[in-house]
Amino acid sequence: MCGIVGLHLIDPELEPHLGELLTGMLGQVVERGPDSAGVAVYGDPRLTPVGRSVVSLLDTDMPAAAVAELVGKALGGAAEAVQADETVVVNAAAEPEALLAVIAESLPDALVIGSGVQLAVLKGVGGPDRLAESFGLASVQGWQAVAHTRMATESAVTAAGSHPFSVGADQCLVHNGSFANHATIRRELRAAGVSFDSENDSEVGARFVAQRLREGCDLEKALRLLCESFDGFYTLLVTTGDSFAVVRDAIACKPAIIAQTDRWVAMASEYRALDTLPGIEDARIFEPEPEEVYLWRR
Amino acid sequence: MAAVTTAETATIVDLATSSISSLNQSLHAPGVGLEHPAWRVLHPGGRHSIACGLNAEVSVDIEGHVGYYCAGMNQHATVTVHGNAGVGVAENLMSGYVRVRGDASQSAGATGHGGLLVIEGNASARCGISMKGIDIVVGGDIGHMSAFMAQAGRLVVCGDAGDALGDSIYEARLYVKGSAKSLGADCVEKPLRPQHLAELTELLAAAGFDEDPAAFRRYGSARALYHFQADKSDAY
Repeated sequence: MCGIVGLHLIDPELEPHLGELLTGMLGQVVERGPDSAGVAVYGDPRLTPVGRSVVSLLDTDMPAAAVAELVGKALGGAAEAVQADETVVVNAAAEPEALLAVIAESLPDALVIGSGVQLAVLKGVGGPDRLAESFGLASVQGWQAVAHTRMATESAVTAAGSHPFSVGADQCLVHNGSFANHATIRRELRAAGVSFDSENDSEVGARFVAQRLREGCDLEKALRLLCESFDGFYTLLVTTGDSFAVVRDAIACKPAIIAQTDRWVAMASEYRALDTLPGIEDARIFEPEPEEVYLWRR
Repeated sequence: MAAVTTAETATIVDLATSSISSLNQSLHAPGVGLEHPAWRVLHPGGRHSIACGLNAEVSVDIEGHVGYYCAGMNQHATVTVHGNAGVGVAENLMSGYVRVRGDASQSAGATGHGGLLVIEGNASARCGISMKGIDIVVGGDIGHMSAFMAQAGRLVVCGDAGDALGDSIYEARLYVKGSAKSLGADCVEKPLRPQHLAELTELLAAAGFDEDPAAFRRYGSARALYHFQADKSDAY
């Protein structure tokens, strides 16, 4: 089943309340995905301080402070790290590629689950309500956030198999559904030199979008190409450092609802996740049409 | 349960403080139609399964948006949603009346056997899928694959229909005022005869919509698919 919620803020006055609003939304999609959960946050001053590169990690096998020390030493400068359940989010005043290279060298077993300058990705296994608390989600700030609650069907229940999948700088994809031809597309992407972290079908979608963006497509075009290439069921919420986009497959049986006001755009699997947003009573509420790309740019 | 009976005899249930189970149990209580015929439900908040499985002549006004399967499986009852409805509103309706003042999500009226479902706004995909005798009147548009495998009943659409209307349809009758983006397998346009105008007039009046019945087009089954014929196997 899986549950998706996403919030793209237009009014900067709401930014201090991003985490609080997202926590309320996440709490309404717990039954849709009680196995595990993940969150992506754009622009939180603690997780992603301005002017620094940020990498989110799983399987570091050491606490955040030790990660910061190790990475800082290897970089020859100070690094900071925040622990959020199983995830460690590291930031440093370095180029994103330099930070990623240092992490690959000094923490070879760690799994990179997000990188960029604005994005922090937090993942864990277990009840989404508990994870939200463990992530400190309610106090998170920023201009855009996405959360996913997972009911696993295609691969194991692990933090690494949790959504969002972030495989390009500041990119993020969450998926409700299942891709039928992910093995074929994974093979094609591997042949083109793309490497994968998991056997998860949704990761293939994220890698496909990242590859198209690398080739110069804009996000809208990349999602149109995804609709042409992928078979199966999907409602996708895809975000980048400036965009928030929703697309559904041709059959559109996986639910999606969008609400929009002058202050925010929100998307969720079910209306009840939107019910607590400020001004929802005057929002324009609609279901996205099949194979239409809906996109908002900051 | 925090139920309050007002001077107008409507029993008020606030879902901000009461559970769906206790509301539905109260609506299922023996003799509810005589003792508490009118109900108002406040703060539905998009929650699922509100006013389901009713089997009495009660009227329930829900003041806000509802989630999945609202008014599903009901008999005899009148349910009005003063907002939008989620997936499967009035699914498997047996009799009675359900009215959605806003829009409805996918599979509205799915498998319904009887009664009347009125949606004042739009209904999304698969409206009336596998309908078995229910009447559905939609004020706006309906989404793709509506009336898929529809067996009996009438579907009236005052706006447009999406792709593959009436795919693999049996004997339901479909009336669309606007355009049908495409017709599904074995669904064809049929002439609007006097008896169809008469039933359409009746359905529009029952729904309270002021539309000219003569402006509608009728669609139904070409009856080429639902008996298996080996020489048509390519079409299956």
